Amino acid sequence: MGKTSHMDESQVVIQMKDIVKKFGDFTANDHINLTVHKGEVHAILGENGAGKSTMMNVLCGLYRPTSGQIFINGKEVQFSSPKDAIDIGIGMVHQHFMLIQPFTVTENIILGMEPVKGLVVDKETAKKKVLELSERYGMKVDPDAKIEDISVGMQQRVEILKVLYRGADTLILDEPTASLTPQEIEGLMEIIENLTADGKSVILITHKLKEITASSDNCTIIRQGKYIRTVKVDEVNENELAAMMVGRDVNFRVEKKEMTPGETVLEVKDLHAKDYREVEILRGLNLTVRRGEIVGLAGVDGNGQTELVEVLTGLRRAESGAVTLLGKDVFNRSPKETFESGISSIPADRQKHGLILEFSNEDNLILQHFEEEPYATKGFLNRKAIREHALELSEKFDIRPRGSEGAPAGTLSGGNQQKVIIAREVTNDKELLIAVNPTRGLDVGAIEFVHKYLVEQRNRNRAVLLVSFELDEIMSLSDRIEVIFDGQITGSVPGKDADEKELGFMMAGGKKNE
Amino acid sequence: MNKKKSILESNVFYTLIAIAAGFLIGAVFLVIAGISPAAAYGKLLGSVFGKPKYLFWTLIYASPLIFTGLSVAFSFRTGVFNIGAEGQFVVGSLAACVLGITLRLPPVLHALVCVLAAAAAGAVWSLAVGILKVKRGIHEVLSFIMFNWIAFYLSNYVVNLEAIHKEGGGEATKDVLESARLLFPEGLRSALDCNAANWGIVLAVLAAVLIYIIIEKTTLGYKLKAVGFNSNGALYAGINADGSVLTALGISGALAGLGGAVQILGMSGRLSQFAGQEGFGFEGITVALIGSSSPVGCIFSGLFYGAMKYGGSKLSIVKAPSEVVDIIMGCVILFIAVSQVFRILFARFSKKKEA
Repeated sequence: MGKTSHMDESQVVIQMKDIVKKFGDFTANDHINLTVHKGEVHAILGENGAGKSTMMNVLCGLYRPTSGQIFINGKEVQFSSPKDAIDIGIGMVHQHFMLIQPFTVTENIILGMEPVKGLVVDKETAKKKVLELSERYGMKVDPDAKIEDISVGMQQRVEILKVLYRGADTLILDEPTASLTPQEIEGLMEIIENLTADGKSVILITHKLKEITASSDNCTIIRQGKYIRTVKVDEVNENELAAMMVGRDVNFRVEKKEMTPGETVLEVKDLHAKDYREVEILRGLNLTVRRGEIVGLAGVDGNGQTELVEVLTGLRRAESGAVTLLGKDVFNRSPKETFESGISSIPADRQKHGLILEFSNEDNLILQHFEEEPYATKGFLNRKAIREHALELSEKFDIRPRGSEGAPAGTLSGGNQQKVIIAREVTNDKELLIAVNPTRGLDVGAIEFVHKYLVEQRNRNRAVLLVSFELDEIMSLSDRIEVIFDGQITGSVPGKDADEKELGFMMAGGKKNE
Repeated sequence: MNKKKSILESNVFYTLIAIAAGFLIGAVFLVIAGISPAAAYGKLLGSVFGKPKYLFWTLIYASPLIFTGLSVAFSFRTGVFNIGAEGQFVVGSLAACVLGITLRLPPVLHALVCVLAAAAAGAVWSLAVGILKVKRGIHEVLSFIMFNWIAFYLSNYVVNLEAIHKEGGGEATKDVLESARLLFPEGLRSALDCNAANWGIVLAVLAAVLIYIIIEKTTLGYKLKAVGFNSNGALYAGINADGSVLTALGISGALAGLGGAVQILGMSGRLSQFAGQEGFGFEGITVALIGSSSPVGCIFSGLFYGAMKYGGSKLSIVKAPSEVVDIIMGCVILFIAVSQVFRILFARFSKKKEA
């Protein structure tokens, strides 16, 4: 991915000066500065909760700053609503897409700004305008396709087109690569390139340092709500960026000692299962995981990973096949039975499956054990033992803030919620640990932490199945990588010398060495 | 400052504001109706606190409301909405009444059997709805409302059966036998000058304490709450969600049924033919909401509602319509629902002061 800069340093498009945003006593943004030039790609880097979203919500008119100034093209502005920001040319593409599933691409793009002919929407003009925009920036989309039928990468293009259609000169992209395949990411980088070549500016919010170095001109780092500094991306490397973000040195390389895998722990044979639409999604899947190895399941979302994990953890009934754990049949058992026979898991959706958000952290930490000694005696909860357990785990797993054992889990940040789940599941210490996107949405500090515990579990001779949409994560952690495509394992490569391009090719349905 | 803050954040504080606001709006309606609010509220207060025996009447009125309040509060805490407390109350009172008339047992045992039968009837009535929800996916609110009407007509049918119905006309059943009643001993009643003084309030407070312990201290409460808050998460953790929903509905129904038993075996001594739904179950929703769905809170809100009902029944003496009470209670609920607005206003106000 070659990077060509289109930045015009003589033209400042956006300037945020000493922005302070307080929520009650809490200061989310403490004198933040940002300068964006015409044609620039400007990355905003910061840990979870550093204040990136707050800052962008101020810039796109959702929040009003407590103090500070915003200049657009040199003129001071005050937004009273997102509409003001859109009118002046600032558009945001949110991390979670806001599209109407049964509507077509065109209908979604023009929504709220439909060209009309008399009293009806002028569909032809709309379609023409959408095609014109998409061609101009090299974004191929089918204007008549329904959103529910197109891929995540395509949906993102629709979101970008939506913003462009509204006349945006500056695009804010919030974690745009979170659920894209490597190929789709490359496509997005090209789109960003086309946008800046046309004089648009792009603000990129991301955790991924690699994308910053590959695409951005400048990078502004914020930490704990404070502005740290703005650097020229060409003058720093990834390690320096990470250290500035976290405030200490970060270890990227996952240290793993050599291990020889032992006996087979999990064996899945010819597994068939249907998804919620009653369409066969697992089509004869075979998989083994042995002691002392991390098996990474690489694949694009929607190829059966979710359903596989649901079958393994007892949440979904499979149609046919066999699943054994250390030779014991665990096919189509209840969640309780699979857990008791030796499978623990870090679920993909921590708020839906992993935690009871209204429960305190200490209660969440005993979720599978609340009826057992020492947490309960004869049907009564033993609060003292529960608290002690929580204090011990908070210390060991660095769950912050300290002293939050009795606070509802919903009040913790995403990273710390994940730590609660990891503390619980790693402490369960089952034969097999299944981790699904365990670092989704976490910052590098927390990612390092999660990875450390996954490797530790492997080093203790447990089997680990890692399901992740982050190819980097799969590649740096796995001893063996299995590629899932269309409900089957289509390829297997050793983790050690896996090639990103090749994996990406296989994830898209290509066969190895073809 | 900290103390002040904790008051401003507590539910009790906003509940009291809501009650005050309810009385204020009630006063507006009284003025419109040409009645002096001072006179009406004076009468209301006087009829509750005027004499010791009035206070006992308040307790008698409050007992069944505490039970239905507990029933609804328990269902709220465990993630289901028991809008069927009305029907469970009716089948509870029906069971207690029928057994109280037909069985021949020694005094304490007779009452005990009737009370347990009422709890069982309420539980079964609620479980039927639970089974429809779990097995067939029918939303509980729908079936509860229908079951309320089934209970209503079932009760009216049974009341008019020859073996049960009062001899020589009237719209009610025979009197429940003395051996089944929950009344205080005769001597105590005449000393209190209150004919219907009964053990209902004691049972209600005991039930509230028991429910508090179940919710806060036991593994059962943990399980029911986990399913109520997040059934997916509970399922993932290996908790049987269907079983928990049924347990929660069973307990909730039993509480409402007990309320019916206390009403029949304590206060009224017989079951009348209904002209319309009596509303004990629906009033339970109000009690639960005023009590912030806490079992102990339900004791106080039940007493409050009991006092309003009893005092309200005397309002006609000053020519004020007793419906004023309903207006006040309705407004209280409305204000509790919007208490978030008060919260924001206070937060703004205190922040301005600081700045």
